[in-house]
Amino acid sequence: MAAELDTRVLRVAGRACPLRGDDIDTDRIIPARYLRCVTFEGLGEYAFEDDRAQAKGDHALDQERYAGAAILVVGRNFGCGSSREHAPQALMRRGFRAFVGGSFAEIFFGNCVALGLPCVTLATADLAKLFDSVELDPTQEVVVDLESLSVTSRAGRFAAGLPEGARSQLVEGSWNATAVLLEAGEAIERTARTLPYVAGF
Amino acid sequence: MSSPDPRSLLDKVWDAHSVRELANGQTQLLIGLHLIHEVTSPQAFQMLREMGRKVRFPGRTFATVDHIIPTDSQVRPLSDSLAEDMLRELERNCREHGITLFDPASGKQGIVHVIGPELGLTLPGMTIACGDSHTSTHGAFGAIAFGIGTSQVRDVLATQCLLLARPKVRRIEVTGKLGGGVYAKDVILHIIRTLGVKGGIGYAYEYAGPAIEAMSMEERLTVCNMSIEGGARAGYVNPDEVTFDYLRGRPYAPQGEAFERAIAWWRAIASGPAARYADRVEIPGGEIQPTVTWGINPGQACGVAEPLPRASEVPDDERPGLAEALAFMRLRPGEPVAGTRIDVAFIGSCTNGRISDLREAARVAQRGHVAPHVRALVVPGSQEVARQAEAEGLDAVFRDAGFEWREAGCSMCLAMNPDKLVGDQICASSSNRNFKGRQGSPTGRTLLMSPAMVAAAALRGAVTDVRELI
Repeated sequence: MAAELDTRVLRVAGRACPLRGDDIDTDRIIPARYLRCVTFEGLGEYAFEDDRAQAKGDHALDQERYAGAAILVVGRNFGCGSSREHAPQALMRRGFRAFVGGSFAEIFFGNCVALGLPCVTLATADLAKLFDSVELDPTQEVVVDLESLSVTSRAGRFAAGLPEGARSQLVEGSWNATAVLLEAGEAIERTARTLPYVAGF
Repeated sequence: MSSPDPRSLLDKVWDAHSVRELANGQTQLLIGLHLIHEVTSPQAFQMLREMGRKVRFPGRTFATVDHIIPTDSQVRPLSDSLAEDMLRELERNCREHGITLFDPASGKQGIVHVIGPELGLTLPGMTIACGDSHTSTHGAFGAIAFGIGTSQVRDVLATQCLLLARPKVRRIEVTGKLGGGVYAKDVILHIIRTLGVKGGIGYAYEYAGPAIEAMSMEERLTVCNMSIEGGARAGYVNPDEVTFDYLRGRPYAPQGEAFERAIAWWRAIASGPAARYADRVEIPGGEIQPTVTWGINPGQACGVAEPLPRASEVPDDERPGLAEALAFMRLRPGEPVAGTRIDVAFIGSCTNGRISDLREAARVAQRGHVAPHVRALVVPGSQEVARQAEAEGLDAVFRDAGFEWREAGCSMCLAMNPDKLVGDQICASSSNRNFKGRQGSPTGRTLLMSPAMVAAAALRGAVTDVRELI
């Protein structure tokens, strides 16, 4: 058997970038003008473009001390709004491999799973400590562990949340759902035939 | 007699479409209708090509062009060459895979969430997916409909299925009767304001109660459309006579006796009186005011005459968001949003670009003329809506009042075509999102409201309580 690419996502370790604020929508993550394309290539450089321009170099993504971060620490309801996969694609192409936050909008969350990017949640008090810790010492390593479901930093080891379905997809490396869905085979057509609007009323 | 069914519509639809349950608790859910458009599908078709796969159910997949299409002229080649390229890519993909495309030449083109219902593609009891977050719109028929990303578009193209966790259901009952000048848009803005933009995460919203039951299909579409702005990926209304009357005779709906048999199935799929819910909320409909957003998310809204909140009046964890919103919008706490001078008025979008929206806006527009400093646009949601409006003379009403009458598309809702705000212009908009930069200028500002309220703002040149004009 040919060696297959190991797609399992067991842990993500690296420096973190703190991006404070709730309800950050996908229009802010990647403005709609960058959706005028037929590929996702090159989107990384435009992530948060308008927010960064308005922050004039002060945006977390532009601060030298957070350069090279693999983990983006965010607030609540991150990725709300438009379903554009361009948003996680842009962040992934900028080097982010995991998101830690208060909560995630569901479509963004699903898009991340489909790319093998975990979005884990922390309790409010733990998230506040992680933000502070990363801002105080951006050089530290933060570890998002999907097997023990925890986030470890200098602030401590915090229990993390991730729905079991998504967790098992990531840990087992089956986050590219097409292959899993194809396994159902003819059961797909069989289910379709039971639906009166498919079979005819 | 068997015990009453404790399942909600969501549960019944979910069970009927479950291909299998995975060990991790996820469902492989069959998607009954897949709608695609030019922006979120090209990469999915490319991935399909790389896998060497075909579209599994091309007959259950329908395409249109809406996001990038210019609304001044749809003559080919489109004036915007990038838009032309994206449309050609969609045409190529549809041709290659045998998918029906409603392009401008078809006479059926329009915003995907407007044409699905008007063609009768959207039916009760279906599962519907589309690479667009406002797919929740179709829930108005009692379908379970939700937005997906491009990798999931690939999954549906290849397998007609998605891997999903079953959401919980929150029943939202809007009681009583709405006041005059209060529309479906005000109802959903009020619900989002009440439950918050994160309140719906993990839930599907079931809208019910006398005020919802009294609504037309088009009004229900407006309500369900913005479920996603409340964090709920899907929202629905149980199908009833209003639903069936709307569907009868639509091109893709069942015809003749089949339609009567369909009604029996549609009735059976609705939540029964014994249905159980994870949560229930009651909203008194009579208290809802014409509602306007003042901030940078759709939950930051209030009655048109109500003072904007002060920092001292909101919970601690909302203060940074409030300060950021008011600074961006340059609005003052403690003062009402009424009277805020506007630069642009936009009537259209999948939220409020249907014929009844245009009728209500025209009723206001005929009472005056657009203020000299205001640019006002009316963009019908589909070619069919445009034809109907023109047959009723609404285009003339708008033009005479100083509005631009455009062709069908998403237009200034998300500004992927040339319809954009400039600089820090402030726009009274019947669309669904007031996010920073949403309408095409990074510093542009959006005030969401009903189409009638947009027309009133256009005439007065400032945010106005529409009840003063009707």
